[in-house]
Amino acid sequence: MNRETTVNLLLALLLLGAPLVAAGMGEPFYVTLATRVVVLALAAVGLNLALGLGGLLSFGHAAFFGLGGYVAGILATHAFNAEPLVAGIPATTSMPLIWITAVVVAGFVALPIGAISLRTTGVYFIMITLAFAQMIYYFAISWPAYGGEDGLSMSMRNAFPGVNTAKPLPYFLICYAALMATLLLFRVVEGSRFGSALQAARQNGTRLAAVGIEPFNIRLVAFAVSAMITGFAGALYADLNRFVGPSMLSWHMSGELIVLIILGGKGRLFGPVAGAMIFVFFEYVLGGITERWQFFLGLILLGIVLFARGGLLGLLSGKPRHV
Amino acid sequence: MFTALLIEQLLNGLQLGVMLFLMAAGLTLIFGVMGLINLAHGSLYMIGAFACATVAAATGSFWIGLIASLAAAAGVGAIIEVAVIRRLYDRDHLDQVLATFALILILSEGARWLFGSFPLYLDIPPLLQGAVPLPGGGQYQLYRLAIIGVGVAVAVGLYLLISRTRLGMRIRAGESDREMIAALGVDIGTLYTVVFALGAALAGLAGALVGALQSVQVGMGEPVLILAFVVIVIGGIGSIKGALVGAVIVGVVDTMGRFLLPSMLALTMPASQATTIGAALASMLIYVVMALILAFRPSGLFAAQS
Repeated sequence: MNRETTVNLLLALLLLGAPLVAAGMGEPFYVTLATRVVVLALAAVGLNLALGLGGLLSFGHAAFFGLGGYVAGILATHAFNAEPLVAGIPATTSMPLIWITAVVVAGFVALPIGAISLRTTGVYFIMITLAFAQMIYYFAISWPAYGGEDGLSMSMRNAFPGVNTAKPLPYFLICYAALMATLLLFRVVEGSRFGSALQAARQNGTRLAAVGIEPFNIRLVAFAVSAMITGFAGALYADLNRFVGPSMLSWHMSGELIVLIILGGKGRLFGPVAGAMIFVFFEYVLGGITERWQFFLGLILLGIVLFARGGLLGLLSGKPRHV
Repeated sequence: MFTALLIEQLLNGLQLGVMLFLMAAGLTLIFGVMGLINLAHGSLYMIGAFACATVAAATGSFWIGLIASLAAAAGVGAIIEVAVIRRLYDRDHLDQVLATFALILILSEGARWLFGSFPLYLDIPPLLQGAVPLPGGGQYQLYRLAIIGVGVAVAVGLYLLISRTRLGMRIRAGESDREMIAALGVDIGTLYTVVFALGAALAGLAGALVGALQSVQVGMGEPVLILAFVVIVIGGIGSIKGALVGAVIVGVVDTMGRFLLPSMLALTMPASQATTIGAALASMLIYVVMALILAFRPSGLFAAQS
């Protein structure tokens, strides 16, 4: 077992153990805080697939995060009011069905966005993904049917068969399982033929094309899968807060997802997990000390970008095996 | 009456376009010369607006406020460049995005600290109050016309600066080969600081001018920043001409879309529904235009040669 695997295992155990202890001590707030870490980490794992493995700096992943959230919110609202969705299809409060819908919707939106954005590279790609996300953001704001600027509150958490999701700990465990399953998927994808092609596309697209693999297709699939994971996380996030609003779609959210990855370590399996832990920790600790916590978060972030490249995992587990 | 309304909306679109040009020109210049993507450009816009509002309130003169906004934005721009941005030129876009994102957090929260969460208000100077008659009846705010004038003047001034002066020659040389002009004895560090401060001053000017039309508050720069990104993506990153054309396209399309789409939809559906759907579609219109342009020209209308 190398050092990074050990660190990963410790992080996974810490993330599971801390809320269990907190729940045992009757502190449900910390369980919810840990759930927030898990869900943000999951969203960033999605982005890490595109950004870390594929080198695609998407500044618009909040779009998929928010879409997933709105899927959960809209389905739950329709089900609560017993209104069918379009064409008589009944809505649902079943989490697995909501997740599948969120993933499918995120994927379907990501395909055209990716197909247009991936025609460009570099700074154009950053700005176009940002612009598409803003398009969806403004649409959500100006479309009054689902709350517009005010967002959409859900009266209760959606249901998971056999689990009382209203309690913090069971819901945490659902999210934790989802995160671990997705990390496993990430590891499998990374080691697969597709994953190698994706990393080759990041390092040298021309060479990849020379061996007969079209980089565009590889990148497009990666972008869509990445969006699907982030959409899944969005659905979980909406259920966590029992609220979905345009802020989930805003470009601050996109920026935060990138920040999570960089804080933890780009392209590493547990980078987003470590990043989300630090981010929520800062948010909670600084937020408790001063109302102006974003000011200090900015300073810390600036310091990390300028002086501590490689993130927390870079610090803890040394250089990655391959760059 | 409809003609007058149409002309009024066209002028509004032009005014928005000119504003966006002031922002986009700085962004595209900084990207073209230094290869830097600067998310904090919107914060410089905000700083310009706050400086103008504060100084105008203290001295009672909008014009002193306007000068203060230029000085404040250029000064903060120069400080940021020397302290932070300078370390980012050799980094990849990811680091640049993150560091300038961090700058936004710092500057926005800093402004809230200094000025509070309540918006400030800035009055239109007496000289520019009032309205001018439009052909076909109707009137148009003189101040908005003045903004269009300022934008045109800045466009001409930038063109002359870049094509006719020694500084402009160095900027063009920096765009095409920065090692070479450094080797020829040009102090590249100072040049970069000057270019960054120039871009910052233009953003500050835009903020101050718009401050008299809207309220001055934290976060006002962010929607404008994203529109300015759309502008330079459409126009071609690094091209001032592209920024001008892109800004006018975005300004006019956005304004006319908001004006015309609801009434066009009203022909086919009930009025209340048409207003809602029209507004929602209009808010997406410029992004659709951007996607269309990029589908045919992936590096914008006037791509600078790299």
